[in-house]
Amino acid sequence: MIKKLLLASVLALATSATAHAACDISSGRVSVVGNEFPAIQTVGKGAMACAGDGVEVKTNLTADHQKINLAGMQGNPAEYTSAIIANSSIVALMNEDVIRPLDDLVAKYGGSLKKNQLITINGKVMAVAFMANAQHLVYRADVLEKIGVEPPKTYEDMLAAAKMIREKGILQNPVGGAYKAGWNLAQEFNNMFLGYGGSHFKDGSAMPNVNSEAGVKALNMMKALSEYMNPDFLTHDSNATNAEYRAGNVALMNMWGSRAATMTDADGVPQEVIDGFKIAGPMTVGGGSTAASTLWWDGWTVAKNISDADAEATFKAMMNGIDPAMLKDAEVAKQAVWLIDGYEPTAAATGVFAAAQMNTIPYPMLPYMGLMHTALGAELADFMQGKESAEQALADVEAAYTAAAKENGYL
Amino acid sequence: MKHKTFFWFFLPTGLAMLVFIAAPIVSVVMQSMFLPIEAVLVETENCGPFGCKTETTIDQEATAKLREANPLGRFAGLEVYFDRGHLATSEVAEAWNTSESWGAFFAELRDLPFYRAIAFTLTYTFVCTPLLIALGFAIAVAVNSLHRHLKGLVIFFSLLPMIVTPLVGSLILFWMIDSRGILGNFISFLANDPDLSLKASTPLMWTSLIVYGIWSSAPFAFVVFYAGLQTVPQDTLESAQIDGATRWQQIRYVTIPHIMPLVTFVALIQLMDNFRVFEPIVGFNAEAHATSLSWIIFNDLGGETRQLGAAATTSVLTILGVAILLSPVLVRTWRDFRGRT
Repeated sequence: MIKKLLLASVLALATSATAHAACDISSGRVSVVGNEFPAIQTVGKGAMACAGDGVEVKTNLTADHQKINLAGMQGNPAEYTSAIIANSSIVALMNEDVIRPLDDLVAKYGGSLKKNQLITINGKVMAVAFMANAQHLVYRADVLEKIGVEPPKTYEDMLAAAKMIREKGILQNPVGGAYKAGWNLAQEFNNMFLGYGGSHFKDGSAMPNVNSEAGVKALNMMKALSEYMNPDFLTHDSNATNAEYRAGNVALMNMWGSRAATMTDADGVPQEVIDGFKIAGPMTVGGGSTAASTLWWDGWTVAKNISDADAEATFKAMMNGIDPAMLKDAEVAKQAVWLIDGYEPTAAATGVFAAAQMNTIPYPMLPYMGLMHTALGAELADFMQGKESAEQALADVEAAYTAAAKENGYL
Repeated sequence: MKHKTFFWFFLPTGLAMLVFIAAPIVSVVMQSMFLPIEAVLVETENCGPFGCKTETTIDQEATAKLREANPLGRFAGLEVYFDRGHLATSEVAEAWNTSESWGAFFAELRDLPFYRAIAFTLTYTFVCTPLLIALGFAIAVAVNSLHRHLKGLVIFFSLLPMIVTPLVGSLILFWMIDSRGILGNFISFLANDPDLSLKASTPLMWTSLIVYGIWSSAPFAFVVFYAGLQTVPQDTLESAQIDGATRWQQIRYVTIPHIMPLVTFVALIQLMDNFRVFEPIVGFNAEAHATSLSWIIFNDLGGETRQLGAAATTSVLTILGVAILLSPVLVRTWRDFRGRT
């Protein structure tokens, strides 16, 4: 018995020693900026574990990360040595040329990375992805059972189910969605627009192409869904929508995979909401076969304007943040669809996996997509409030985008 | 004061003003006239977890060379000032030519971001400012007539809205007026309409923002007026009382004329502050219903792609707006100054 205990503690010591040795940083400065959802918190903690003698590690994980990461990387030396970004936000960093190619560091220290984790742009590795993400359906199985329908596979089915739930008096506003004017509303439009087969730009150019049949259909579907949402929907971001779900006010919702896993983990969630919580794949719309959703990856970058020593320290610390060993913790494993070696999909991952299998389109990584997203976010709210027609709203989007694209030298 | 003494006396302030006020304004004006150089785009093969795809990206080397040749960027002059995101001159001209009534013309204007923001900003400024002055004065008069033991406590509570950080104050109110919040529920009970939501209706949202604006700024007016009330000449008040003036008449004919210069001062400061309304719009998540020039700047800088030129232009327009707003008072001050010498 004692021998076993001794053996166990020796093993434990050995693993912790290797974990520490895995960082293997003698000196340097590491400063990470990124979003704040659970999986990124885990990665940040892993990087923080490398702090020690002569090694300074700081993290700044906030929902406002994209407002500060570019400015924080433009100085020389840059304040942030690494930014955790997604396929949308890497573009802004690429456009301003503030992140460095990682090929040499990957060759030296990136042995445990899989090939599909390497984000290569024009043959150069610019980021290391660690998780995949997508928006997909989450629903209350108990509520759907009461009205006797299957989980919806299309947005048309979702509308029909919402109508039944309201008519039976189970819930007044059964549909949830992050429709907050701005980034969120624009993202919901992107999903629906791609689902109807739209494409944001005229082939291979920066000319806008949203004022089309697909655009009008997408807006009309969003309007129809909003009739079944809390009337305050234009002020609800992902956090507010999740709160509505947790309170038991919502039965059908399009939600991020990265938030679905921990959806019912908060304090005070009613038991029937916890028991009824189910995850399904993204829905299609208008008889199309492409999911009305987008695929995302989240990954980290290393700043250009820092010394090679700091870059090396940052790379090693971030590698420790995505160390495959952390997946042994079941809580960590379910936080995301990890792209890390040794990841076994959990039940929480079904939505994102379904999205990948349905050939969902990845969020476009184009230099001018950010301007389009901003224009959509600013101009669609009028339509959602019934103040103007879909055609007028989309014409406004194109006009706002064109002005911004001209200012920024894309048109 | 001798000119030399004045010079040395003013030098530190002057230097600070030059560095912290004049230089940033010059920099913002420069940024509004220069735009990023045109991007050199290339088609590249990009790979990631979801496979490879040919996509458009920026040719960094070629763009860096262009940037080196023109470190300030591409000179655009006043181009940005007149584009759709700002003064939108051609859009306004078109709306003028095509719309048949004033209503249609204003509807077209409201569709343009700058004019939509100006419409709310001016309404907010000109409704909030007089009301908060009136409320601040009323509180000051009320507190002034309290028993001296109560005064300290009441003054502290009256100042609370100003002590609370604007963003936090607006968030508290935002949660209270939520359709599930205490005020939101109460209002929908009063209106006997369960679907009524302050956040879903533009007029109600504007009202909430204005109420917040008055609530948060009234303490400032109160403090200034309360100080002023301490200097009201007691002799005049007493003689008014002997003449049989009612309480209202004393306020109207003695107190108000005495503190009129303070009213001008509060009005000036509040016009400037309210014209730059920003925190409540963010705190109330009100961007779907109301925007302001400051909010546009925030939005331009906070997107996936930062729009520095657009934000700088809106900043310059804000400075011009404040200058126009304050010009009547400034002109009067100048005339007084001229008259005196």
